[in-house]
Amino acid sequence: MSLIEIGKLSDIPRQGARCVITPTGRIAVFRTAEDHIFALEDRCPHKGGPLSQGIVHGGAVTCPLHNMVISLESGHAMGADEGWVRTFPLELDGETILIDSASLAALAA
Amino acid sequence: MTRKLVIVGNGMAPGRMLEHLVDAAPGRYQVTIFNAEPRVNYDRIMLSPVLSGEKGYEEIVIHGDGWYVKNGITLYKGHKVATIDRAAKTVTSEPGVVEPYDKLVIATGSVPFILPVPGRGLPGVLTYRDLDDVNAMLLAAQSRAKAVVIGGGLLGLEAAAGLKMRGMDVTVVHLMPTLMERQLDEAAGYLLERAVEERGIKVMTKASTKAILGKDRVEGVELADGTVIPATLVVMAAGIRPNAGLAKAAGLTVNRGIVVDKFMATSDPDILALGECVEVEGHVYGLVAPLYEMARVAGAKLAGEETTGFAHSDTPTKLKVTGIDLYSIGDFADGEDREEIVLRDAAAGVYKRIILRDDKIIGTVLFGETSDGAWFNDLKKKAVNISDMRETLIFGRAYQGGAPLDPMAAVAALPDDAEICGCNGVRKGKIVGAIKAKGITTLEQVRAHTKASASCGTCTHLVEQVIALTLGDAYNPAAVQPMCGCTTLSHNDVRRLIKAKSLKTIPAVMQQLEWTSSGGCHKCRPALNYYLVADWPNEYADDYQSRFINERAHANIQKDGTYSVVPRMWGGVTSASELRAIADVVDKFAIPTVKVTGGQRIDLLGVVKEDLPGVWAELGKAGFVSGHAYAKGIRTVKTCVGSDWCRFGTQDSTGLGVRIEKFMWGSWTPAKVKMGVSGCPRNCAEATCKDVGVICVDSGYEIHFAGAAGLDIKGAEVLGLVNTEDEALEHIVALVQMYREQAHYLERIYKWARRIGIGEIRRQIMQDTEKRRGYFARFVYSQKYAQVDPWTERVSGKDKHEFMPMATIGLAQAAE
Ligand code: SRM
Ligand SMILES: Cc1cc2nc3c(=O)[nH]c(=O)nc-3n(C[C@H](O)[C@H](O)[C@H](O)COP(=O)(O)OP(=O)(O)OC[C@H]3O[C@@H](n4cnc5c(N)ncnc54)[C@H](O)[C@@H]3O)c2cc1C
Ligand code: SF4
Ligand code: FES
Repeated sequence: MSLIEIGKLSDIPRQGARCVITPTGRIAVFRTAEDHIFALEDRCPHKGGPLSQGIVHGGAVTCPLHNMVISLESGHAMGADEGWVRTFPLELDGETILIDSASLAALAA
Repeated sequence: MTRKLVIVGNGMAPGRMLEHLVDAAPGRYQVTIFNAEPRVNYDRIMLSPVLSGEKGYEEIVIHGDGWYVKNGITLYKGHKVATIDRAAKTVTSEPGVVEPYDKLVIATGSVPFILPVPGRGLPGVLTYRDLDDVNAMLLAAQSRAKAVVIGGGLLGLEAAAGLKMRGMDVTVVHLMPTLMERQLDEAAGYLLERAVEERGIKVMTKASTKAILGKDRVEGVELADGTVIPATLVVMAAGIRPNAGLAKAAGLTVNRGIVVDKFMATSDPDILALGECVEVEGHVYGLVAPLYEMARVAGAKLAGEETTGFAHSDTPTKLKVTGIDLYSIGDFADGEDREEIVLRDAAAGVYKRIILRDDKIIGTVLFGETSDGAWFNDLKKKAVNISDMRETLIFGRAYQGGAPLDPMAAVAALPDDAEICGCNGVRKGKIVGAIKAKGITTLEQVRAHTKASASCGTCTHLVEQVIALTLGDAYNPAAVQPMCGCTTLSHNDVRRLIKAKSLKTIPAVMQQLEWTSSGGCHKCRPALNYYLVADWPNEYADDYQSRFINERAHANIQKDGTYSVVPRMWGGVTSASELRAIADVVDKFAIPTVKVTGGQRIDLLGVVKEDLPGVWAELGKAGFVSGHAYAKGIRTVKTCVGSDWCRFGTQDSTGLGVRIEKFMWGSWTPAKVKMGVSGCPRNCAEATCKDVGVICVDSGYEIHFAGAAGLDIKGAEVLGLVNTEDEALEHIVALVQMYREQAHYLERIYKWARRIGIGEIRRQIMQDTEKRRGYFARFVYSQKYAQVDPWTERVSGKDKHEFMPMATIGLAQAAE
């Protein structure tokens, strides 16, 4: 497993997100109010809305286009909606956020 | 010939009397009222919720100015009557108005009792009787300093709770060993003391006030045992006395109060008296229920109707401190001939006691759980022999006859003549009758038609149960919609409590108002953020993470994740150099679509997020600022060419539109605000379907508001006509500020106006100069903090992270 540094915790506002551009697509990295971090593909399962632009609340994000609520932990749509988006494991080493390059390759596949 | 009726005092009792009179015999009298207080008739009982911030003054007005006009009644506000000349049959007010009467009604209420201790006249020593007292307390409460309330009765405790909610450090000083000893026995008094202390209020019983200390203003209270309590505010709530001085000076018979017979006649047959100022059959009263009974009698007498005389009855006492439930009625002293039944539940803080004589209830004290109060009172009034249900009586109505009933069934089982609303003496049958006869479906309508729950409000729950029983599924009590799934509070409640409790951050709101989710949701967070921005313009730090992406990125997100950019074009006017700058930006950033919008400006669509700061920087050089096309804020002011060019133009509509837009841009509002100014009634700027619109006419500017032309279509309402451009601006700004302060998040002006009432808005903006100026000033103040171009800010580096990816991973890295 090879870990790639993608930034510092403080780069992301609490209850916010930043994007990471990869050769195969955009990943949204979220930080919750309690400083948990999650990475999801930045494409809403509904119509491809950029989840990184949504409002983060609790452990979920609301898509900015049509308000679908996605769980950050599982990538599944919550409530009555259906849909699923890929998640990526992250590591936090002190302040540093790391992502496993192998999981990125899987996105390409 | 109509006769002249003059009324001294405009409190709750004569207000109710007049309602009977204008119903029963409209036009029989020419009515003139003198009121020492400079205002209309309001619900004095509800001063406590105003003090605590749970209600606003507007919400407790009983008769607005319009009511007096409609009924042809003259009201002299701020006119205290100085003398009554019974020989000449005139009264004279302090400002000097002399008014003759055929019939006179004295309703001067009570005066607070001031302890005869040194220092009682110092600034900072207040009583608790009218709105002025409440306003003075609110002013003092801003200091967040220490307050002492002298008197642990109903008024004192409500004052203490209110001041505490306003952030003061409060001590209650009470002479007797337990609180509210006139209404509660010792056990209940003790529980009450604990409940009060749990709210963070200190209670000192057996404490006799010796002096109020201070040089130029109050600094503390000294007790008989030498203890000194520092205080910057002292509220005397040590009792009230009938206000009978005026009547006495006029030579009427006065004992404790003005003596009247059971038809409310004083010793002078042309003079009636009612309310707290009178004494009838040896009783004086301090709660409204018997006063309303007096009002019924006096109203009927004046209307020339046959009527039964006033009959004494006990009135239950309840305390209006949210979260403390107590109920007491009748006689609860111990005695040889009495028995009692007591139930205590220490864990739940419940205490119930019923006092019996000859197997009949003569008194009840309930604390912590009071839902059976009405039932016990009914048994007491009817002198029901309770020996059959003695074993289970104390458990309440629900436990009679075997299995416990659910609370609805208990209400269903109440007889038609059971009293539901104590203040107004409304029985169950009357409510049910009104619902059926008038097709009523809401609590508000029940209040309007029967007065049930319209005074102190503690019976609201019972009234709702009666409505639910009568209407079944047709009743939807959830007419008050909670803001979202994270709270049970409505937008209204939340807005009010933010102000009342001085909540200045989103976490503070969620904590204090007991949000059920940890971090809110996408519905409540933007709403809370707006309320805080609007209410604390200089203090609140805008929480961008609680804003919808458009307001966070200051551009409109499109279906493909790109953005659109709409610069301001003041009043729809542009120039060659502006258009050239736009053309250059489009070329430089290869912007795919340029479109003229419905709001008289140009939209650049399909900009990628990373380019936004670059696009803005170029536009900024040409003098453009954000058009806020994405904002719940001031959008556009559409104009027509007006008198500058048009052959019909009456005023400079373009100039006024530009002026309004330049004055108001940048302001956040509950929902978007779009305006229009047309130069004549041909209305080419479509001003009459805007949130706010102006139609210029020869004689000035006709202001319109509450139009809609989106999801709903609705022509605007006329606010009024003003003469000058300056006035037009002042009125429009004040209107928008009123909307900013009151509306629910996402509620457009036309929806807000429907809720508040067109007439009320017109009254506040067109007629009440002071109100209007206040709104205007608050808008101007908040603009100091809001009127900043968000694009320039971001071009200079603010929120950089928003527009840049955190990292870019190359192919090589990813492939590792
Ligand atoms: C650009 C424009 C259409 C155009 O090409 O002309 C437009 C575009 C949008 N309108 Fe509009 N409206 C535009 C004029 C109008 C008008 C006409 C007007 O302003 O004179 C109306 C009717 C009047 C009104 O405001 O009600 C209008 C009523 C709406 C509504 C319905 C609002 C309502 O409460 O009834 C929405 C939906 C909403 O706000 O929830 C909406 C929402 C939108 C949104 C923001 C949809 C969205 O949420 O993404 C569109 C954004 C596109 C963009 O990025 O620019 N737009 N929209 C117009 C921009 C005006 C401007 O210069 O700022
Ligand atoms: C804070 C507070 C809470 C209360 N809570 C409750 C409750 O929960 N339940 C309940 O039943 N009751 C409650 N009461 C009591 C209730 O408000 C009174 O019983 C009721 O208002 C008395 O009505 P009134 O018309 O007799 O007198 P008031 O309402 O006192 O009106 C008298 C009016 O006459 C005016 N006046 C006096 N002298 C003159 C003069 N010479 N010329 C012209 N005008 C004059 C005064 O300015 C005043 O406006 C409460 C009272 C207060 C202050
Ligand atoms: S009418 Fe407005 S919201 Fe609808 S598609 Fe057109 S621009 Fe979008
Ligand atoms: S694209 Fe996300 S909800 Fe429609």
